[in-house]
Amino acid sequence: MPGNRWALRYCGNMLSLTIKEVSLALREGKISPLELCRKCLKRIKKTQHLNAYITVTEELALKQAEEAESRLLQGVYQGILDGIPFAVKDNFCTENIRTTCASRMLKDFLPPYNATVVQKLLDQGAVLVGKTNMDEFAMGSGSTDGVFGPVRNPWSYAAPYREQSGGAEDDSEWVITGGSSGGSGAAVTSLTSFLALGSDTGGSTRNPGALCGAVALKPTYGLLSRHGLIPLVNSMDVPGIVTRSTSDAAIVLEVLQGRDLKDSTTVQSPTSHAGFSEDFDVRNLCVGIPKEYHAPGLSQETLAQWSRLADLLEGAGARVREVSLPHTQHSIVCYHVLCCAEVASNMARFDGLEYGHRSTEDSSTDAMYAASRHEGFNAVVRGRILSGNFFLLQQNYERYFLKAQQVRRLIAEDFEHAFSAGVDVLLTPTTLSDAASYSHFIQADNRTRSTQEDVFTQPANLAGLPAVSVPTALSSRGLPIGLQLIGPAFQDGMLLSVAHWIEQRVGFPSISNYEVPNK
Amino acid sequence: MLGIHQIYGRRRVQLNIILPLLCRYYYASRTDNMLSTNVKTLRKTRNTPSRPVTVARLYSSNKHNSKVPKVPTWEPLGEDRIPSLPQVSSDLVDKLERLALVDFRTKEGLVCLERAIRFADHLNMVDTTGVEPMDSVLEHGQLFLRGDTVTEGDCAEKLLPLSNTTVEEYFVAPPGNIPLPRREERASMLKHSEF
Repeated sequence: MPGNRWALRYCGNMLSLTIKEVSLALREGKISPLELCRKCLKRIKKTQHLNAYITVTEELALKQAEEAESRLLQGVYQGILDGIPFAVKDNFCTENIRTTCASRMLKDFLPPYNATVVQKLLDQGAVLVGKTNMDEFAMGSGSTDGVFGPVRNPWSYAAPYREQSGGAEDDSEWVITGGSSGGSGAAVTSLTSFLALGSDTGGSTRNPGALCGAVALKPTYGLLSRHGLIPLVNSMDVPGIVTRSTSDAAIVLEVLQGRDLKDSTTVQSPTSHAGFSEDFDVRNLCVGIPKEYHAPGLSQETLAQWSRLADLLEGAGARVREVSLPHTQHSIVCYHVLCCAEVASNMARFDGLEYGHRSTEDSSTDAMYAASRHEGFNAVVRGRILSGNFFLLQQNYERYFLKAQQVRRLIAEDFEHAFSAGVDVLLTPTTLSDAASYSHFIQADNRTRSTQEDVFTQPANLAGLPAVSVPTALSSRGLPIGLQLIGPAFQDGMLLSVAHWIEQRVGFPSISNYEVPNK
Repeated sequence: MLGIHQIYGRRRVQLNIILPLLCRYYYASRTDNMLSTNVKTLRKTRNTPSRPVTVARLYSSNKHNSKVPKVPTWEPLGEDRIPSLPQVSSDLVDKLERLALVDFRTKEGLVCLERAIRFADHLNMVDTTGVEPMDSVLEHGQLFLRGDTVTEGDCAEKLLPLSNTTVEEYFVAPPGNIPLPRREERASMLKHSEF
């Protein structure tokens, strides 16, 4: 009786459901994939002012949703994500769909293949609704430095912030999403997609996760394939997962993880490690509070949340103890040097010859290269390439590059010591404070902002560890505050279990509890 | 488990007085057993702006978890502790631009590099004697090796269209083996190349 299949309609706001809920509703026939897709596309239009998407793949999305619909009508499920709309940061290659890295360099680039993580989602029957906005080549922490303009935080338009920032008429004080995966953060929190892929090199998924009030997972390095992710820093890049709940993040992680023949740095997760559980018992848990994560500039409210969660865990029987990660302070400097060095090397591929922007300058090959890169890259990218080349000069190699690699080991060892001394998970802030207004944020340059914004996030990248940001409360300004959990390598499942335990107790509100974030 | 009332005090105040002064918290009323801080639904009623509302307020004597440090545990390093001021000579600028194949464009670009170097110089305060440089976080494990056989390729027709200029099956480059012009001429070349 296919005709009556969708008769039992879902009455609530289907867009604010979690993946788990919407997947069930799709299977039970309470929601039609096509209707769901149309609603997402409609909402993308409605929230266009957020500038969360660079490309909306409307036609393709409707086609995919139609296919999902006919599958479901026949009772054939391709996977748990069948029919569920998702978004992808615009630095993951998508076959014949423009992939720009928010740069003039790639503004017309049509990749001939899908990134492995994108392909895995499509294989599940998930529906791609668009490519999300970001900082150019993922270099930034605000999603303010891309060629398509800054991303606006959906909470800028929700009641809690509007009411205290001086009324609905004035939107000049809108706040940033954080970055560099700001479009993915905004897409998930503004309810235009159920999950989004970000990338995380120094915090680029967790930072917008915290500022937008989403769950943001940076998996263990090597757990997810980087094939098709346009590289920033090969030794630190990981695909990130942005969702509205920890259970959803666990579902997506399960789908995406695993060895990929096309990425030799992928590793199979050891089977001995516990997977995600919604009934995690924190009584056996030892939570470390790294004292160095009370860094200069930490806001009182974020500190209060940190303390509150420590209380919460302690009150439930977890052992909470202070630990020291003594090299934390130097981590951001180490990251700065290694990032620039790898960027200098990675960006060498963009020469205008085989793909990407090509200048009309044709007096010589080198002149064409220089002119194409001059025209194609923004000041931030050029600055990092030049700094990286400086650090890699023969006379500087030891002083900067090798030195940074040595400090990297010390940072990784700090974590090892904490975990081998019995700590299961580290609890820290994700960012120094809630989201800054755009006008305030752009008063300092990109490097200064990244130094401030990535202070708590990049150590996990240097050490390759899994980390997740969980929203815990709204600040006095009506903006999300997130806390971060960092775990030992390949304990992503356990990490999400602890995050789930927290999530169930903090009662962080969905944006749908407030008015629709219309401009 | 500590209840919210033990942690936070509350006080009834005039909204128009507290607005500039106090933290305001919003809370979407959800299930009661959730531990939520900060607690009160606060609805600003525009036509009666001075209507008293109840807000939760963080007292300065707010109980703080003893494991979480109350004050920052380190200070940003003062600029005066950095060994030397970087000097980027014009020769070095030229060299970097040739190597990187991007230009500084403006004086600001150069200032940006000097700041980046100055920041990186903080590293030299860390004692790394005898520490092995770390290239990869996967150094302890054996990475998977696949068989040494060709598994893909033959996709010229997919790749060539990505290039701006091709002839038959070739990418076309301007004349090679010509070094970049001198710095002053480069500026005009790049200026010319602006959109």
